[in-house]
Amino acid sequence: MDTVLGFDAIGFWIIATGILVNVSGALLGNYLVLRRMSLLGDAISHAVLPGLAIAFVVAQSRHPIPMLIGAALAGLATVLLTELIRRFARVAEDAAIGVVFTSLFALGVILISRVASQVDLDPGCVLYGILESAALDTISLAGLEIPRMTLTLAIATVIIIAFVGLFWKELKIVSFDPNLATTLGLPTTLIHYLLMAMVAGFTVVAFEAVGSILVVAMLVVPSATAYLLTDRMHWMVLLSVVVGISSAVLGRESALMLDTSVAGMMAVAAGAHFVLAVLFGPHYGVVARTLFQLRVKLRIQREDIMALVYRWQERGSGSAMPRNAIVEAMSGRTGHTLALNMLTWRGLMQRAADGFSLSDEGRKEAGKLIRGHRLWESFLAKHSPLPDDHLHSPADRMEHFINDKLLQDVAQAVDHPDTDPHGQPILSNGKG
Amino acid sequence: MLSPNTDPSSTAAAAPSSERVPPFEIHDMTVAYHNKPVLWDVDLTVPENQLIAILGPNGAGKSTLIKAVLGLIPRASGRVDIFGKPYETNRSLVGYVPQRESVDWDFPISALEVVLMGRYGHLGLFRRPGKHDREISLDALDKVGMADYAERQISQLSGGQQQRVFLARALVQDARLYFMDEPFAGVDAATERAILTLLRELKEQQKTVIVVHHSLQTVREYFDHLILLNMRVVAHGPMAETFNDDNLQKTYGGRLAILDRAAEAVRQAKE
Amino acid sequence: MQRFGLLWLIPVALALEITAVEAFGLEPIQQGIVVLADLFGLHYNSFLIWLGTSLLGLTSGVVGAFAVLKKRSLVGDAVAHAALPGLAIAFMLIGERNFIGMLTGAAISGILGSLAISWLIRHTRIKSDAAIGIVLSVLFGLGIALSRIIQDDPTGQQAGLDAFLLGKTAGMISQDLLTIALVAANVLVMVALLYKEFKLIGFDPDFAAVLGWPVLVLDGLLMALLVFTTVIGLPAVGVVLIAAMLIIPGVSARFWTDKLHVLVPLAGFFGLLTGFVGTYASAQFADLPAGAVIVLSGSAVFMISMLVAPRRGLIARSLLELTTRLRIARQNLLRTLFEAAEENENIDIPITPSVLLKLRSWSPRQLQVLSWWGRLLGEVESHPTGWRLTEAGRRHAAQIVRAHRLWEVYLVEQASIASDHVHRDADEIEHVLTPEILKDLEQKLQAAGRWPATAPSSVHPLTEGEHA
Repeated sequence: MDTVLGFDAIGFWIIATGILVNVSGALLGNYLVLRRMSLLGDAISHAVLPGLAIAFVVAQSRHPIPMLIGAALAGLATVLLTELIRRFARVAEDAAIGVVFTSLFALGVILISRVASQVDLDPGCVLYGILESAALDTISLAGLEIPRMTLTLAIATVIIIAFVGLFWKELKIVSFDPNLATTLGLPTTLIHYLLMAMVAGFTVVAFEAVGSILVVAMLVVPSATAYLLTDRMHWMVLLSVVVGISSAVLGRESALMLDTSVAGMMAVAAGAHFVLAVLFGPHYGVVARTLFQLRVKLRIQREDIMALVYRWQERGSGSAMPRNAIVEAMSGRTGHTLALNMLTWRGLMQRAADGFSLSDEGRKEAGKLIRGHRLWESFLAKHSPLPDDHLHSPADRMEHFINDKLLQDVAQAVDHPDTDPHGQPILSNGKG
Repeated sequence: MLSPNTDPSSTAAAAPSSERVPPFEIHDMTVAYHNKPVLWDVDLTVPENQLIAILGPNGAGKSTLIKAVLGLIPRASGRVDIFGKPYETNRSLVGYVPQRESVDWDFPISALEVVLMGRYGHLGLFRRPGKHDREISLDALDKVGMADYAERQISQLSGGQQQRVFLARALVQDARLYFMDEPFAGVDAATERAILTLLRELKEQQKTVIVVHHSLQTVREYFDHLILLNMRVVAHGPMAETFNDDNLQKTYGGRLAILDRAAEAVRQAKE
Repeated sequence: MQRFGLLWLIPVALALEITAVEAFGLEPIQQGIVVLADLFGLHYNSFLIWLGTSLLGLTSGVVGAFAVLKKRSLVGDAVAHAALPGLAIAFMLIGERNFIGMLTGAAISGILGSLAISWLIRHTRIKSDAAIGIVLSVLFGLGIALSRIIQDDPTGQQAGLDAFLLGKTAGMISQDLLTIALVAANVLVMVALLYKEFKLIGFDPDFAAVLGWPVLVLDGLLMALLVFTTVIGLPAVGVVLIAAMLIIPGVSARFWTDKLHVLVPLAGFFGLLTGFVGTYASAQFADLPAGAVIVLSGSAVFMISMLVAPRRGLIARSLLELTTRLRIARQNLLRTLFEAAEENENIDIPITPSVLLKLRSWSPRQLQVLSWWGRLLGEVESHPTGWRLTEAGRRHAAQIVRAHRLWEVYLVEQASIASDHVHRDADEIEHVLTPEILKDLEQKLQAAGRWPATAPSSVHPLTEGEHA
């Protein structure tokens, strides 16, 4: 092997093959994740084993076409058997999947061990894949030496892209609501089995590269990552492909660094993407959700302080409210120092020697809040028979969430009163 | 009828000295499902020895109220007292009938075994239910008219019969305060009558029963006390005073749109 | 809550057991196996393997039964895959093939994997299937990467990680058997002691929570039993096939019984049988991977159960369905002939096929078959223009018509009470009720003075003898 040029070529082909596996897996995986059938993908990838062995025995060669047919048939058999056991023997779906794929896998292991002596189809290759040696087995195509594995995967990827593109709308409806799809006259069953056949076919061409167990990583992880990042179908498909490509590249690079299995590291890289999405996803991420909740809490806190100072001034207790009075009123709530600092920094409040007072803008803001609060109280008083002293706390919380439009309707509903149930004046819109 | 196994604190709470304490109090409880507030600022005290209905439209948070009280879903704020003590302390005084759909009816157990589960609260760790527990459970099955079905596997029972098995399980819990989540939903007339008889019997035994109910037609006839709920307590009190057009209008219609939108505004802000 | 303080005894007991084993060493166990093997006239090694796989089958059957009932069949599969990185890391840390150490590593990463699955389901929008798939494949990938690193290390060859993938039943040594026996004993004792608790959290965890039980702790314990069973099974049958050992016995046992206290031991027995038979079979075909043979014997147990189990089995259920359908068809034929004759006010006039086809939704072919069957039973006789009832047929038909009309009346009268039983329309209801109920019903209606008014006069004299 050419150590200088050859190394580059090997690296290129490994990455290219890895990308093809990840992209085609991600494209199909989206539908498995959305239809909650990820485990069927896992089952199929295990169950193609006996199909391969039988195809070999029948065809007496390792020619890819019979292998592909054998595996696809075994994949479909998994789906069918699971469905039959579930429906007719009334076994829960997960248990049915578990019984079928482990049995078929065991059968496959036995068959392969029987035919293994005649062919180089050793169980190790089936389990781990031989991505690293992809570049060793090449085919000449238009003067180019292309690894056989890469070529097969490229063809598979093209077929899968065509499948997803052609049946885009059908796959979407079938994934979302199969019953609706059926009533619309769509061939739901056909699309279901086509998808399953695609998964089976993908498994066959992919397992040689990454091994039958890691196939499910390529199917599920990029798609699930995308699912955490977006709510739109086309973005999900696109993102899953991006995650797939990125996992392939990062997986290969890290495997090179650690001198270990490329397929394994691709799965780990995909897993890392997933963990990042779980933590930092823009809408569903743990960090985003926590930060958002903190921000809402802080905003409520700021608004409460503004309203507090407003009432203090309204009562004529003094122009500035002492800091310890504010702290006392905010009892048991953390973060008031931050809230006070933010208020002064934004110019809504001024810090004076004897405490805090509202700026003009602050008074306007606070006035709006108080108006919302008092209108809401009036609304609840009119439409709820609770005693008056119970009113305060619900209204206290609602004012932070009422937008202008809703407030107008609330005002209308209570006929624009001048005072709230406690006799406090309700200010007209926006005036402080 | 209290079992000798009940721990001392609950027996003390059950003693006549605490008879004045309301069976059930909620203070300032707010519950949110996935950031969506479903119950706001619930303050509630219910009278003892009454049949109490919780009534409200779909999505009003009726089941949520019960589940939050029982600690099955977290409370965003608030406190729940059972006979004057925190729920966690006085748990053994509470019986629960969940919604029928909440369990897997294909589970391989018989009707009697389900009822026996109600005795588990009186048994220690590692201890099996004994003869005494079986007798109590068979009695309870008899009371709900299911004695002939004791050994039946639960998937072979009709919906109404399953509901009656759940009721029997609550009975053998031997509680003083019962929460029942929609026991009348989707049952046949025979079961409805059996449940009603049972409710009245429980009342005679000085128990308090809180039932999530959905039928405006029957609520007046079946219950003494009414809690009207729609995301908050709209009204509560004795049936005669509370069940009127004004309150129902407030619960079911009219200004609901604004409350709905308010909830939506809170949800959007918090999500 | 205090009552569950006893649960802390579990780790204490485990620590004591391990100390005891360390103190006594393997000698007594090996001695025992030698004695027993001699007793059965077996090789030391094959006896050891036999014992190991049977015990493993028993334990995984019992634990798996609970997993299957909780719809967690595939969590065991995920846990087995997730154990791989733990094995590799334990080997890296210890530096040699220490069984207890690697078991601990595998158990820790298995438990972390199962926790990750629960966390993802509860706190993200990822559904259970994807959560299982992600944890399984990513941790397995990590395991493969780590084990490759170890194998490149000169000492790494002895890690024996390969064996954990497909299993090496034949490589079982007395140390392995000891581990299996220890874990099996603990798991079985735990299930026996906490049977009542596991039953309730399996059926209705909310109710357990209302009783004040530490549902999470109990659930975690059940999960830990699953993890430990999985981990001890790895060396014997491998990653994928241990899932089969967990799932298949429980699913198979479910066909035979509706009672949990029968199901759990039965699942254990099926597991034991699987291990026993599988090991025997693989001994006959020495070149076949033993793990796979064991699993296939499990599949055989499943298939036999699915087919021949009474009541829930496929054969029993299709037979029941067939006989019900035939009975209903036969009764419908008799009733139609009888009612048509009633219309004619003469029971001797034959009924033409066209009349029958108008009254029923049968196809001419179905009618042919039915009437042939009626003749076979001696209830219908052929006539050039059609068919009519024989004496026996008349009696039977009268009975059917009477029951049918009773029901119609009954439904009108008391539908609200009996609506529980009304699964079908009035036409079929007579096939659902037992003769005793019918008799009771008739007496009620007679007492109410409603019987003669609704029952056809032609029916009454014929059946009087039976009810007088």
